[in-house]
Formats: sequence, structure tokens, C-alpha cells
Amino acid sequence: MKSLEELKAIRDKAKGGLAVRDESDASTKIVVGMATCGIAAGARPVLNAFSEEVARRGLSDVMVKQTGCIGICQFEPVVEVFQPGKEKVTYVKMTADKVAEIVTEHIVNGRPVTKYTIGANE
Amino acid sequence: MYRSQVLICGGTGCTSSHSAQIIEAMEKELKAVGLENDVNVVKTGCFGLCALGPIMIVYPEGCFYSRVTVEDVKEIVDEHLLKGRIVKRLLYDETVTDTNDVKSLNETAFYKKQKRVALRNCGVIDPENIDEYIARDGYAALGKVLTEMKPEDVIQTMLDSGLRGRGGGGFPTGLKWKFATGGNADQKYVCCNADEGDPGAFMDRSILEGDPHVVLEAMAIAGYTIGANQGYIYVRAEYPIAVERLRIAIDQAHEYGLLGKDIFGTGFDFDIELRLGAGAFVCGEETALMTSIEGHRGEPRPRPPFPAVKGLFGKPTILNNVETWANVPQIILNGAEWFASMGTEKSKGTKVFALGGKIKHTGLVEIPMGTTLREVIEEIGGGIPNGKKFKAAQTGGPSGGCIPVEHFDVPIDYDNLIAIGSMMGSGGLIVMDEDNCMVDIAKFFLEFTVDESCGKCTPCRVGTKRLLEILTKITEGKGTLEDIDKMEQLCYYIKENSLCGLGQTAPNPVLSTLRYFRDEYIAHVVDKKCPAGVCKSLLSFNIDKEKCIGCGLCAKNCPASAIERTDYIAPGHKLASFAIDKDKCVKCGVCMSNCRPKAIEKK
Repeated sequence: MKSLEELKAIRDKAKGGLAVRDESDASTKIVVGMATCGIAAGARPVLNAFSEEVARRGLSDVMVKQTGCIGICQFEPVVEVFQPGKEKVTYVKMTADKVAEIVTEHIVNGRPVTKYTIGANE
Repeated sequence: MYRSQVLICGGTGCTSSHSAQIIEAMEKELKAVGLENDVNVVKTGCFGLCALGPIMIVYPEGCFYSRVTVEDVKEIVDEHLLKGRIVKRLLYDETVTDTNDVKSLNETAFYKKQKRVALRNCGVIDPENIDEYIARDGYAALGKVLTEMKPEDVIQTMLDSGLRGRGGGGFPTGLKWKFATGGNADQKYVCCNADEGDPGAFMDRSILEGDPHVVLEAMAIAGYTIGANQGYIYVRAEYPIAVERLRIAIDQAHEYGLLGKDIFGTGFDFDIELRLGAGAFVCGEETALMTSIEGHRGEPRPRPPFPAVKGLFGKPTILNNVETWANVPQIILNGAEWFASMGTEKSKGTKVFALGGKIKHTGLVEIPMGTTLREVIEEIGGGIPNGKKFKAAQTGGPSGGCIPVEHFDVPIDYDNLIAIGSMMGSGGLIVMDEDNCMVDIAKFFLEFTVDESCGKCTPCRVGTKRLLEILTKITEGKGTLEDIDKMEQLCYYIKENSLCGLGQTAPNPVLSTLRYFRDEYIAHVVDKKCPAGVCKSLLSFNIDKEKCIGCGLCAKNCPASAIERTDYIAPGHKLASFAIDKDKCVKCGVCMSNCRPKAIEKK
């Protein structure tokens, strides 16, 4: 170790991996339905894509978690986004390639991507 | 990128209840369902709630699973990690809300009042991974000291913080460092006292097992401050996990150039070596510890000269205990004012206690100084199990004393504890209830010091032995009132005349129990009774012939064949009752635990 910058580089790199362990008061929660129906429809790559995207952008107040069956199995994979003071947004028939757009538009810029929500699919 | 992290405690408590096998099973099960790249399994240090071990925490949900077994692992993987359904039956009940939701561990009674400074990384990081330590600002304090601070700035910060030695003495750490800066010695040393020996104490062990790098970093800071380039950690060989993790930590620090030559390119060299102690209690005394590092038999020597002037190998040395070291990097990073804002007027910061004895939440807690004993025992510790009544709390191990219920609301700090006849000690806190005999407790600690006295000075070697003889006499019902007075005198004699801390404090358990529980001593001497029913010689077992149903289970199980059937048949019963032959009875109590109608009593 020859400089403080070196130490900082290691710290920043390792920090992302530990963020999940902070007893978070995360304001935004992204919840992926991971029951049998969700997994069968391909929820796992979606979940991983969200985790990666959130970590890549260093969004410390966002928590990605999984839950059981949300109850609308024909629309799986289902992802719900909870933000305090706002109505829950439900994305349906999710795929991994929709994730980046949702994180950018909805989570960062605060504009839900309506074309992927349940309202657009009914 | 892992979407989920499973933290499993690898401290000594959980390891002894098979957490290593749980980690193995977890990795196997994850592989079986193809999640090995999605879920990260991390072996951490102690979480603190040892009573509920083995402990597993699953993030991001923060689910706190307690008393996990190898058999439970498959269910956790299949239900929680694969399908996202929390395994509620394994959750620690205090983390489940009334509405059946999971709440954060930090909101439970055990954690709520705690303030984790020395333990901040324990149970959070993988102690065998230096990157995780660095991620939590590890080695940043060393970097700051080496690049921005002069040695006198560091000493001023330490003085201003008010940090006092956590090993028990409570000597101001900044002052100790300051004493070692003077003089123009060609060589100086920095030592870490990890020879934790009090019965029931495991604070330092848990820090070393959960966060070994913090000690290395702090020692390097001290090395820079006093101008030393060599450190020694004296750790007992009975702590194999701690030793192993220290070794790994030292290797990793070398690899990163955080120990060794020219650290951070500032020209500062510092290295650390381990020295394993063979487990002699006296080696926790600073002069004996240094004698032992030098390769001699661990015996204390008179002070002065103090180690800061003439210590290891005759050179100026600073010696601090593990918990003291663990506070140092945080003080450097957050400032002296931050640290001094916690605690009481003369005792700043926090203190780690190892809770043990008759208490619900056995484990490791860190509280701000000034918290009352009542808060620690009733709120954090969860109170006394089985509805028993609190009698006393023992702090300071064999050097400390017992605190009775009337001092329950005294704020815990160095000076208050001494004023009520005990001491802070290194942080063991043993809770006793109505079933503990205080004379027996004093005898237990005396037996320990008699065993551990090194024998160099007479007051300790002979004095503690005589003291134990009188105590034994009392517990056998052969004591007199005169013995109690004689014992008290002897206590003061030993305290005044012993060479080192071991002897000077050895009579404390006797003195403090005499001070608060003299009536129990008198009951043993005058009434020949042990009120708590512990001292065997003073007990007698009796069968109530009216209650005895004559089943004979007691006689069948009696190892001394001391129970026989009588001719008496109680009204309403069909069989003749039994009686105990007091001459044959060995007072083992087996009959009592086998008696269904509870006809046997001990007095």
C-alpha cells in the first residue's frame, strides 16, 4: 500500500458488496415475486438484473428483495416497486432487458414506465 | 454481484454448536439448486446473542434465524433463498412483530440500548477478508494518522477522547502513550494484551475473532505515535480461532503493505508478531506478560519502573488490551469529541460486557458508560430465567466483587463500580439468583486465584491459600464468628502487601460478599445453614412420610443405598413410606429429582 488512493480504491470496490448488510432504512423497495410460478416464468434473471443494476449505479437507499406468490400468476414474472408516499407500481411479464430502463426512468428519475405495468397489460 | 447474503456466526460459541457444519451444508444446498453465484455465504464473528446460537442472518431481508441446525439448512435454501418465503419458525421471536412481519434486529430489546463501537464490525464482516474491513473504513485511520497528523496530535486526540484502559485498570490511554514518547531509546515496543483470563469473560476473544484487523491498525497507529516499529500480540493458545484469524489478518496486511516497510509511502515501518500464552492467569498482568514475551517464566516484577519507561526487553513499551485498541481507529476517524460525547463525566465511550450466569440472553453486549445495571440485566439481558429472584451481579471476575440489588440503578462506570466495592474489570458480568450461595461464590473465585497465584510473593501465595481454608471451613459448617473477623483482616493484609494486581485484588470477592451478604456468612457459622441450599455439608435431605407414596424410585436410584422402607403407611396410601439414613446420605440430590409426589425436601 503506497498511497491513500489505493486504499480508497479497495474500499469503494468492496463497499458495494457490504451495502446489503446495513440495517437499511431503504426508502425504495423493489420486490420480485419468486414463488414457483415466478421462477418458472423466469423471475431469477430479473431479480439478478435488478441487484446488479442497483449496485452498478450505487443506489444506496434502494433494496432489492424477493417475495412469494403475488397472486397474478398469469402475469409472472411480477415486480413491485414501493416508495414512501407513492402508490405501489406493479410491473408484469418482466424480463432482464427491461430492468435497466425501469431503474433509470422510475427509480432514478421518478417516472414509472407505464408500458410495462399491469395497467397496460390488462 | 450477489443478490442475497447469508451471514453465519463463526465465533467460538456458535462454532461449538456446529456453525461450521451449517456453512458447509449451506454451500452444498445452494449448489444443488444452482444459487451458488446468487447467494454469498459469509462466516462472521460474534453477533452477541450467543444464547440463541448458531445464528444466521439473511440479507437483504435482515432475517435473524436462531438455533439453526444442519437439518434446517435445506428448508432455508428451498423456501427463503429460492422462493422468497421466510422460514418463520426459525426466526428469533423478538424480531417478529404482532402483525407477523419481520422487524430489524436493532429494534429488539437486546440490541436497542446497545452502542457498538469496539464491536462495530463483529457479526457484520468476514474477519478473514481484509477487503471487507477496508470497506468499513478500515485502515483509513492509519492512513489519516500517517499522512495528516503529527505524533503529538494523536496523543492530544487520545487525551481529549477520555479513553481509559478497558482491561480493568482504567488508566487513561492517552497518558500512557504520552509517557512512552519521551526519552531517546533506540527501540520501543507496542504490545497487545489478549491474555483474557477471567472466568466467564469473552469480550477480547470475540473482537479478535470478529474483527482482527482493528487491533493491527490501532497498534500501528500507536507505533507511529511513540516511534516504535515492532508490535507483539500476546494471545492465549486456548483461543485457537482467534489465533488463526490473527495470523490470516497479519498475512493479509503484509500482502497489502499495511504492515511492513514504508507504509503508505511515508517511510514508516511497522510489524507485528504473535506470542502464544500457555494460559497462566498472572500473564494478564502487564509486567508478567512482558516477562513471558521475553521468553521467561511469567512472573510480575515491581513497578516502577513502569513499562512506558522500561518495559519489554528493557525498552519503553505501551501495552493496551484488545478492547482498548478496538476503540482507537474510530476515535481517530470520528474525533475525540464524538467519543467523549458518549458515557459519563469520567468514563467516556462504551464498554463491552460478556453476560453470563442466570440470565436469559447470555452473550456479548456493548453499552454506553453510564447505563445502569438494571437496564443491562432486565432489558438487554432479558432478565432472570425461570421466575427466580435476582440476588447479585459479579463484575470484574476474580478481581472484582458482587453488586447487590440495592445498587441496581447505579450507572456503570469505572469510579462508581469501585465506590460500591467492585470494579469494571475486563467486562465479565455474571448474574446470580436466589439459588446461588454467596459464600460458595467467594470460595469459587478464591479457588481460582489460589490455583493461578504465581507464587513469587508471600502475601498472595500463602495468604490466598489461608483465606480459602477459612472459607472452606465456613462452607462445611465448622466456622466461627472469629473466623469471619480473621478472614476480613487477612483480606486487607493481602491487598496491601501483594506484589501485583492479582494478589492486590484477589480478596475482593470475599470483601464484597462480606459487605453485602454478611447475613449469609453468619447463617453458615451460627445457624449451620446454607440459605441458598448450595453448601452440601450444611444440607440435609428429608422424606415427608405423609406425602411419600412408597413407590421406591428414590431408593432404587440412590447411589449410596441410603434410603430404606419404613413400617409407616400414611393415611390414604397403600404402601409404606421411605426414610433417608443421614449417616449414609451423600447429598447428591438424585432422590429429590426422581420423586414424583415431591415428598423430599432439602434444608
